[in-house]
Amino acid sequence: MARTLSGAEIVLRTLGDQGVEHIFGYPGGAVLPIYDALFQQNKINHILVRHEQGATHAAEGYARSTGKVGVVLVTSGPGATNAVTGIADALLDSIPLVVITGQVGTALIGSDAFQEADVVGITRPCSKHNYLVRDVNDLARILHEAFYIARSGRPGPVVVDIPKDVQFNLGKYANFSNTGHRTYRPKMQGDKDKIKQAIALMVAAKKPVFYTGGGVINSGQKASNLLRQLVEATGFPITSTLMGLGAFPASDKRWLGMLGMHGTYEANMAMHDCDVMINIGARFDDRITGRLDAFSPDSKKIHIDIDPSSINKTIQVDLPIVGDVAHVLEEMLEQWKTAKLKQEKEALAGWWTEIEGWRKRKSLAYTNASDKIMPQYAIERLFALTRERDTYITTEVGQHQMWAAQYFHFDRPNRWMTSGGLGTMGYGLPAALGVQVAHPKALVIDIAGDASVQMTMQEMSSAVQHNLPIKIFILNNEYMGMVRQWQELLHEERYSHSYTAALPDFVKLAEAYGGHGIRCSDPAELDNKIMEMIESPLPVIFDCRVEKLANCFPMIPSGNAHNEMLFADASKDDIGSAIGEAGKTGV
Amino acid sequence: MTMTTTDEKIESHTLTILVDNEPGVLARVIGLFSGRGYNIESLTVSEISESRELSRITIVTPGTPSFIAKISAQVERLIPVHRVYDLSLREDTIFRELALLKVAGKGENRVEALRLAEAFQADVVDASLEHFVFELRGRSKKITQFIELMKPLGLVNIVRTGVIAVSRGSERM
Repeated sequence: MARTLSGAEIVLRTLGDQGVEHIFGYPGGAVLPIYDALFQQNKINHILVRHEQGATHAAEGYARSTGKVGVVLVTSGPGATNAVTGIADALLDSIPLVVITGQVGTALIGSDAFQEADVVGITRPCSKHNYLVRDVNDLARILHEAFYIARSGRPGPVVVDIPKDVQFNLGKYANFSNTGHRTYRPKMQGDKDKIKQAIALMVAAKKPVFYTGGGVINSGQKASNLLRQLVEATGFPITSTLMGLGAFPASDKRWLGMLGMHGTYEANMAMHDCDVMINIGARFDDRITGRLDAFSPDSKKIHIDIDPSSINKTIQVDLPIVGDVAHVLEEMLEQWKTAKLKQEKEALAGWWTEIEGWRKRKSLAYTNASDKIMPQYAIERLFALTRERDTYITTEVGQHQMWAAQYFHFDRPNRWMTSGGLGTMGYGLPAALGVQVAHPKALVIDIAGDASVQMTMQEMSSAVQHNLPIKIFILNNEYMGMVRQWQELLHEERYSHSYTAALPDFVKLAEAYGGHGIRCSDPAELDNKIMEMIESPLPVIFDCRVEKLANCFPMIPSGNAHNEMLFADASKDDIGSAIGEAGKTGV
Repeated sequence: MTMTTTDEKIESHTLTILVDNEPGVLARVIGLFSGRGYNIESLTVSEISESRELSRITIVTPGTPSFIAKISAQVERLIPVHRVYDLSLREDTIFRELALLKVAGKGENRVEALRLAEAFQADVVDASLEHFVFELRGRSKKITQFIELMKPLGLVNIVRTGVIAVSRGSERM
């Protein structure tokens, strides 16, 4: 039965009916009525951040580590524009968010009022969908619809802009949480005939490879389980994008490691030489494909994706299957089991021999040192000392992110939160907050760089306020390492503005915020200090001083193909000439 | 098989897009074109069912077949969009446009303008001793041709609706 409530109360009721427990936000003039309603209840916990971008990344971290929708509440104008980076980040990585923004009163819209911005206009191209609510009686339906859209199909951020007078006005509330949307109904089931064709291709395959992505994780735990069963049943090798790490256990013998620009040699060679590629929930991103006209030239490509617009967007595929990963994998497994299959056993064994040969190249090998900490070694030790624990990893963006992807290994989904598509520096610290809110007892580590972490460092204050003992593990090389690496590759070592000449004392900074600071520059002390970090009950900033000029290898230089990788043992001359004229415009 | 071919021909395509009639829906659709730096040659939009709150948008845009397929899929991904049809892929599509032309002049030019209007089956919808307003319907090519003829005869204003289109036969689109 519909009851009369204020718009602000309707917002809170809707969040309650959607099962929301935590929201991330920052108050301001145009959301005061909602903050007042928040004050008068105790079902929904609000995490106060220090900058609205932090609220969006925290909500992303919450969403990615739980599979639930993350919720953000910010004010009009600058509150909303500060949130835009996180909204765009969530769109590119397909993360479900509902972002509620206050707006000036309806009578003032368009008058250049104080703290007014055209939020639906600004967020239109960077959200999955957005709304301006003009009538309080539409509010409950729109908010419930926003949750439905955010989590359905290919997930994404939905913005609901609510003018201040609508928050005060009285209107009817009804629970629309089971209503969905009148026309938006994504296709979940894959076409059975196409799956049959896919199975036929897979049975006949001599050099198959699974290429999986974030879509497996978004599809839920069941999809990861089914993926494991399918890999087991087929015996095929499997690689994954940055976004898909953890969907398949890195400790399994079928795992080739991550593919793409900084992927392993064996993963990229298998992609290049395969005869059947089974893309599950990935989108042929440019970090993955390298040079398009040389991408896996001899393979039949199967592409499973819930978003029809991902099909044939950059790579023409032979067999598209539109549907949800878990639904499609279930049908695939069913058909695989019931069909009388005769696999190319001999050819497959030969394919694995080839792969073992590529593995022997040990593309992740690096030269360790006893007098300084190599960044790769720091990640290896961090992994070794946390693998038995309930650990979640977030990252910032840059070299440290790639090293984390290469040397920290994930056996479960939803444990790895990184900004893949947008590549947002400053993502990891606030994302860790959101993860810790969802998993208060878990060990949550932001593997960071000294440059990235300063973009959202102020959220350390939020961590202290809300007793969120996140661990910020900074690989400090005093450079924007990836920028420096590209300047080495492309611009003859002219390190234009990639050196940070005045870094703060991270230990004192941690203490100033009320956290715990640790510094380490000696590899012999590293383990003990990592243990000190793990055992601290406080938020920790760990200033890990690493080798300053280390590069992230292996690498497919921009404009090159999968079989043209650059390794750590490449000569200086090779590095300087690795990128041809055509590759220079790539990023 | 794998390659995205880049030597395809650019040609005009007419897309008809069925959408929920809600605020911002047009901006969402055309934003996909402007955000990619692509041109729109003609655009019409109108409500077609009040009870079901539906509108139809017709867009004429130049592009290679693979670009058109891509942008169609991305338009179709928008939440309020029901379906996108590329009517240029059908051979028997009916295309129509309407134009209003104001032609001012006296003497022989005026007589010639009226004579040509009759030949093109344009209607005179307003007139004085010094001007005509012609209404002309038909394919865009015919309208463009008529405009060219009117130019030396005192053409003052051109207003065109942009193209609308429908497939032949009983099939719903």
